[in-house]
Order: sequence, then C-alpha cells, then structure tokens
Amino acid sequence: MKGTTFIGGLIVSATLGLTASAASAKTLNVVASFTVLADVVKEVGGDHVQVKSLVGPNGDVHEFEPSPDDAKTLKAADLAFVSGDGLESWFEKLAKSAGYKGKPVVASEGIKTRKMEEDGKTVTDPHVWNSAANVIVWVSNIEKGLIAADPEDAEDIKASAAKYTKELQDLDAYAHSKIGAAPKDKRKILTSHDAFGYFGKEYGLALLSPLGVSTEKEASAADVAKLIDQIKKEKVKAYFIENSNDPRLVKQVADATGAEPGGELYVESLSDADGPAPTYAKMFRYNVDQVAAAISK
Amino acid sequence: MTLYSLLVAPFADYGFMRRALVASVALAMGSGPIGVLLMLRRMSLAGDALSHAVLPGAALGFLAAGGVSLPAMGLGGLVAGLGVALMSGLVTRTTVLREDASFASFYLTSLALGVLIVSLHGSNRNLLHVLFGTILAIDATALYVVGGIASLNLVILALVYRPLVVECFDPGFLRAVGGRGSSYHFLFLFLVVLNLVAGFQALGTLMAVGLMMLPAIIAQLWARTLPAMMLIAASTAALSGFVGLIASFHLGLASGPTIILTASVLYGASLLFGPSGVVRRLFPRPHLAG
Repeated sequence: MKGTTFIGGLIVSATLGLTASAASAKTLNVVASFTVLADVVKEVGGDHVQVKSLVGPNGDVHEFEPSPDDAKTLKAADLAFVSGDGLESWFEKLAKSAGYKGKPVVASEGIKTRKMEEDGKTVTDPHVWNSAANVIVWVSNIEKGLIAADPEDAEDIKASAAKYTKELQDLDAYAHSKIGAAPKDKRKILTSHDAFGYFGKEYGLALLSPLGVSTEKEASAADVAKLIDQIKKEKVKAYFIENSNDPRLVKQVADATGAEPGGELYVESLSDADGPAPTYAKMFRYNVDQVAAAISK
Repeated sequence: MTLYSLLVAPFADYGFMRRALVASVALAMGSGPIGVLLMLRRMSLAGDALSHAVLPGAALGFLAAGGVSLPAMGLGGLVAGLGVALMSGLVTRTTVLREDASFASFYLTSLALGVLIVSLHGSNRNLLHVLFGTILAIDATALYVVGGIASLNLVILALVYRPLVVECFDPGFLRAVGGRGSSYHFLFLFLVVLNLVAGFQALGTLMAVGLMMLPAIIAQLWARTLPAMMLIAASTAALSGFVGLIASFHLGLASGPTIILTASVLYGASLLFGPSGVVRRLFPRPHLAG
C-alpha cells in the first residue's frame, strides 16, 4: 500500500493547490467521464469551467482502465460528470480508489431510455448522446449541476446553456431533414456496434450489427453467416465502421454482400483536434452527413 | 441434416468460411513441422514465450501505420520476435544462463513493453482486439501473407532439414563435421517467429501457439520417425481447423478457441488410444498370439 500513500500525498497537495486557485479565479475544475460529455460540459460552463475527460479521444469508454493519473485528476476535481445508465462501469471503482467524496452529476437523468438485447439479457442502452434531443436533456442536467457548484456565475451558465440548446435543436432538425430526405426503404445501414441505437430510433434509420453492444464478444462463424444472409435479404447498401472497434470483420461481411463502405462514424468518442469530429456538434453533423450520403446513393 | 449440409455447404455458401479454411490449412502446413522440431528440442514452451514477444512490435506497427495494416504489424511483430529470439540465444551461448531462463527474461520484458505501448496510446483504445485477428475476418491480403509465410517456411525447412535435425539430436556431431550449429539454430528460431506472425493475423498469438504445439504433441503419440511425425502434425492441425470451423458454424461457438479445443480433443483421444497410449498399456496385445 506504499504506492497508495504516495498517490494520496500527491492528491492532497494537488487538491490544496487547486482549491486555492479555484477560490480566487472562480473557475470550476471539472472532470467528465468521456470526450463527448466533456465537450458538452465545456459548452455549458464556458469560461467558468476547466474540463478534463478521463477517457481520451478515440478511446473506448466501455473498456477503460483508469491510471493513477486519472485517480489524481478525479480527486482534485470540484465536480464530476458521468453519463450514467451503466456506461461508466469503471467509475465507481475509480472514485473509491481515488477517495473522491462527491457525488457525480448523472447527465442522462430524465432521458427516456431504450432497452436493448445484450447476451440474451435486456439492458438499458447507455449511448443516449447519439440523438441530439437527448443531449438537450444532458445540457439541462449539466446546467443544474454547475450552478449548484458555482451559484455566483449562474447568469453566465444559464445564458451559454440556452445558446447551446438552440444549437442542439438546430442539429436535431438538421438530422431529421437530412435522413428523412431518403426514401424509407433505403434507410438501413450496417455498423459494427449498436451504440447508434438512439440515432436510429430518433431519425428513423434501421441498424444491423455484426456484434452485440459490447466490444468483448468474439464472433462465431454462425453469427457471421446469419448476418450475411440478413444483409442479402434486406438489401442493405452501406456499412459503417465504428472508430473504436475492429474493422476487419465488418469489411469481411461487406465484401461477401456487396455493401459499400460509408466511411467512419464517431459514435462513442470525439476525434483529436485535427480529426473530423473534435466537438460534439461537429461529430453529430459529421455522422449525419456520412449516413445521409450513404443511404441516398 | 445431410452430410453435404453438415460438411460441405458452409464452405460452398460462404466465402469467409472458405478463406478461413484455406488459412488454417496453410497455417497447419507451416506450424505442424515447426512444432514437432520445437517439441523435440524441449522448447515446447518457447513458442508461447515468443508469441508474447511479438506484441510490442505489432503494437508499434499498428501505431506507426495509424490503423490496421497487416504489413506494418507483421513486420513489427517479426522484428520484435526475432529480437527476443536472438538476444536469448546470444545470452544463452555466452553466459551461464540456460535457454529457458533467457527466454523468460526477454519475453517478459517484451510483453511488458507491449502492454506499455498499448496503454501509452493514451485513449486505452482496445488495441488488443485490433492487434489479434479472428480467423473469420481473413481477407485476401491476410491470406497471401499466411500462404506466403507457409510456403517460404516449407522451402527453408526442406533446404536445411538435414543440418537442423542433426543439430537437434547431436549438436556435438554437427560441430565435429564442421557444421555451424548456432546459425541453424537461429534460422530455426526465425522460422518459429515467422509462423507465429502468420498465426496471430489469423487466430491471435495464443491460438497460433496452440495450433503449433498440440498437433506436434499428438504426432509424438502416434509416430516414431521424424517425417511421419511432421506429416501427422500438419494433417492434425489442418483437421482441427476444418472440424473447428464446422463446429463454430453449426453450434455458434467462437471460432479460434473451437479450433484449438478440437486439437485438444484429438490430443485426449491420442493419449487414450495411441500406440503408446493408456489403453494399449492397460490391455497389452498378447505376445505372438495365434
């Protein structure tokens, strides 16, 4: 346990340093579980927050392994945000080992979730952010959380939340019009992960997937054969590879069926600054454009 | 269910099944004989060690190419695996340490380095999934790589068969007749690494070692001469691939493990019924009966 004491020492000194600076500069030191949420928190908090994402760009939020650095970051934070609904299964353990006393703000609270099948069990689909309408709920939860922690800046936070909500409404309308423009029987895609469920439901897109919701399961020959038959029968034209998954199997299935690659989608994480999806708004618009282009072929 | 729909239809109907079968047969041709030599040199576990050694190279190849690139990952894996093989060989021949000790120290270093590189990638992206393929996802490029490696492997093995066998059984004799034992040893280790690189594209490293060692061990239970053992090893490996794929197709089991477990079942059967197996020993044939 020597290591823990050492880290604990670091954490204490870090916390002391940060509380001192936070008191004078009125900047909340905030941690978010993954990049998409971090970006939305940044939009709502504006200059009053300093946001750090635990899972980095292009990272897999399901199979994240926190490092001591992450524990330090969390311990030093004034406020933590998680999406919830079982997405960040590692968070509780991390909070415990970091000695984080606060309760994280659950951004997805109040969102009407959908169920999905995973290994024969019905579980709540945690990937709520792929519908812009759900992110509007995120924004109101984040707004509440931030104001509770920093009441002095309530006016500013409210203003930026309202502005961002407007932007999200525009994005939502944009997606509806773009996807809705394609004929109904063509609105079908194949993707390697069903993190896109809310997107499909909200904007009327049918999704076929070669693997379950988790990235852990190894495919059997029977699964792959079933999927190929299904795609041939349903005449799916386009497939998408998720950016944190093994693309080889999807390519394989596509080759066997003649479906065409539709490009890369960003569904669980943002890209780095020079990628196509450095912010949530850009990510969402990028995904909509990719899907719309593929299904209108 | 007819015999056709049980055994032939999966391969006739689906391209991915055909490619998986061809890949496992190619792997079997290369890995079987190599496995036999490994086992006879009492290096059955060295294959396992080397397979872990491949990790950092493959990870670096993945990061350098910025994505799944067979040539980059294969080359990286080859360099890392060879590095570990050469270093352990060098240490073994120049210090008091035995070969297993040097293998252990170098492969552990290499493995730790690999895990570090994967985690340094910052995002904790699940690189391991990407690094190690599934046999169902074999495409034409991967097939050429696996096939090419298997062919090269067989040609080299044919050329150096004699000295390799002598080096294996009587290194003192080889030195006495002026053969360079160590260079053959290194060439052999090179072949082992080459086969593991071919295997990890298809099955993942652990599985690749399974397809290398289990058939070799089965072969020793059945045959007494080296050519016969190599033949049995290669065909057992190929049979495991075929049966494993069929089982994976009809029963919905993950393909890689199913193939290896098929080989394990064959191993169990050989233990019981082989010429030097348990059943023969318990119920010896009457001497000169009739």
